[in-house]
Amino acid sequence: MIRAEGLRRTFKAGKETIEAVRDVTFGVATGELLALLGPNGAGKSTTLRMLTTLLPATAGSVRIAGFDAAREPGRVRELIGYVGQKNASGENHRIRDELVTQGRCHGLSNGKARRRADEVLEILGIGDLAARTPSTLSGGQRRRVDIALGLVHNPRVLFLDEPTTGLDPHSRAALWDRIQLLRRDHGITVLMTTHYLDEADLVAERIVIVDRGRVIADGTADALKAELAGDRMHITASDTGAARTAAGLADRMPGVSEVTAEGRTVHVRIADADAALPAYLRLLDRAALTVTRAGVRRPSLDDVFINLTGRRLEESGDAYATATMTTATTTDEPIGAPHA
Amino acid sequence: MPRLVRDVATVFSREISPELRSPVGIVLTMGQPLLFLVLFGSMLAGTGANLGAGTGDVWQWFVPGILVMMCLMGPLSAGHGMLSELNGGQMERFLVTPISRTSLVLGRTAKDAVTLFAQALLLTAVAIPLGMSLHLPGALATMVLLIVMAIGLSALSCVLAIASRPGGNLFWMVTQMLIFPITMLSGILLPVGAGPGWLSAVAAINPVTYIVDAARALFAGDFLNTSVLHGLIAATALAVIGLFLSTRAMKRCGRPVGSA
Repeated sequence: MIRAEGLRRTFKAGKETIEAVRDVTFGVATGELLALLGPNGAGKSTTLRMLTTLLPATAGSVRIAGFDAAREPGRVRELIGYVGQKNASGENHRIRDELVTQGRCHGLSNGKARRRADEVLEILGIGDLAARTPSTLSGGQRRRVDIALGLVHNPRVLFLDEPTTGLDPHSRAALWDRIQLLRRDHGITVLMTTHYLDEADLVAERIVIVDRGRVIADGTADALKAELAGDRMHITASDTGAARTAAGLADRMPGVSEVTAEGRTVHVRIADADAALPAYLRLLDRAALTVTRAGVRRPSLDDVFINLTGRRLEESGDAYATATMTTATTTDEPIGAPHA
Repeated sequence: MPRLVRDVATVFSREISPELRSPVGIVLTMGQPLLFLVLFGSMLAGTGANLGAGTGDVWQWFVPGILVMMCLMGPLSAGHGMLSELNGGQMERFLVTPISRTSLVLGRTAKDAVTLFAQALLLTAVAIPLGMSLHLPGALATMVLLIVMAIGLSALSCVLAIASRPGGNLFWMVTQMLIFPITMLSGILLPVGAGPGWLSAVAAINPVTYIVDAARALFAGDFLNTSVLHGLIAATALAVIGLFLSTRAMKRCGRPVGSA
């Protein structure tokens, strides 16, 4: 449904040329929910703006449902809905009026636009806000209005740029419920950007990790974790000597990629740690080594990012307050790559 | 209905609907010209000065000037509105739809034209009890001339708004710097002829001067005055230049600031 091929975008800032996007290639299948994950300034928003015809690519090409975004932007615009980072409803306008306007911008007749406005208000559960202006709404409500605006014309593809930034955990969960419902009922393809690891992990079927304008990984969360980080198990032995012996034994196990001994503790990176740990413990028992503690840790997407870049994702990029699904922020600052 | 007309109507009705919901805003935004009309105008009429009014009275000389003043400031609202929507997410939201780029400017310009027409009617009506004798066809012709100018200025203010991204400082600097000198140098409040020769020379390169002269002739019903032709040419030129530049700017507007 979406195909980005060798996308590149440079900006001029004074005499300097900034390479916001260097080389981005990926595809999204029909009905899929894909997350573009990366630190602030990685080029996610710039990529999205190229995919949605808002920004011409310096090089490379974009195809949406077979239409080339540079040659047939009109056809592409008919098929896509876009929810940008900023709130999209005008301050002096009533929510329903804005939805009708948006429908008319997409070529719907007046009557059709009104019907669709009421439908999307219903779908997003904001029918009671129809006559209000945005300034009287909460952050979560405004975000729902933005998504409603992106859905008025029944798009086949929905682009969401940081859809949940600035929302509290409850609003976030509610918003995702709505989006998942839409996918189930209408089979729309969703491409979203996020810098929240947990969000990508929880909702996305596939993740494309972007860093410094390049795609550095592409796959399901499980596949990325297994291939690029691997499970971890750890044991604590009775003394450092025993730990060293235990580390030596771990080295010979199948599927091991990394063993480190730290004092009395041994860390092992190994495939399928749930199954490997009991085997390891039997091995240690046979060698008459006493183990006081043992555990398994599934890798996070942060581990994946660290493995790929040597940096933590949430510490990279701009100095912007990071938040995970469990921390609430109330700010709604523009972030990411240069934008209008 | 052709696509462009439809799109312009969509933008126009979006822009006009908040105004219709609270029409008092239309009166509030004409506060300054109203003050000038009632306070300054009354004093000017009281001096009994000979303002070169030709056939008409002092009010017939002064009111068209105030109408021009209003049509200089009013069109800034299009650019102002556009600037805040460019900085917010609203303009992006429109640009990602198939709507014609041109209509995003034309719809706003049309809304300015309509509100200014309503305001001009109102202002003229206020002047009647103050002592102005009304030449109705003349007054209406004046308004048509001024609307043509306002469309040009409205479009130019959109161009300025697009050029002022993302901060918008440029928009305010340019408009604040231009509006007052243009007002003074077009003889809106007092005749330019009353000043020294250099002032008249500067006024002669100000297109608004010609529009003011034309408005005064029309307002008094002097349709065949040559200044009417000059004013019409100046107003049309403003409109053509404004619409040309704004259409061009709008087509490039999806690109962020500093795009290569």
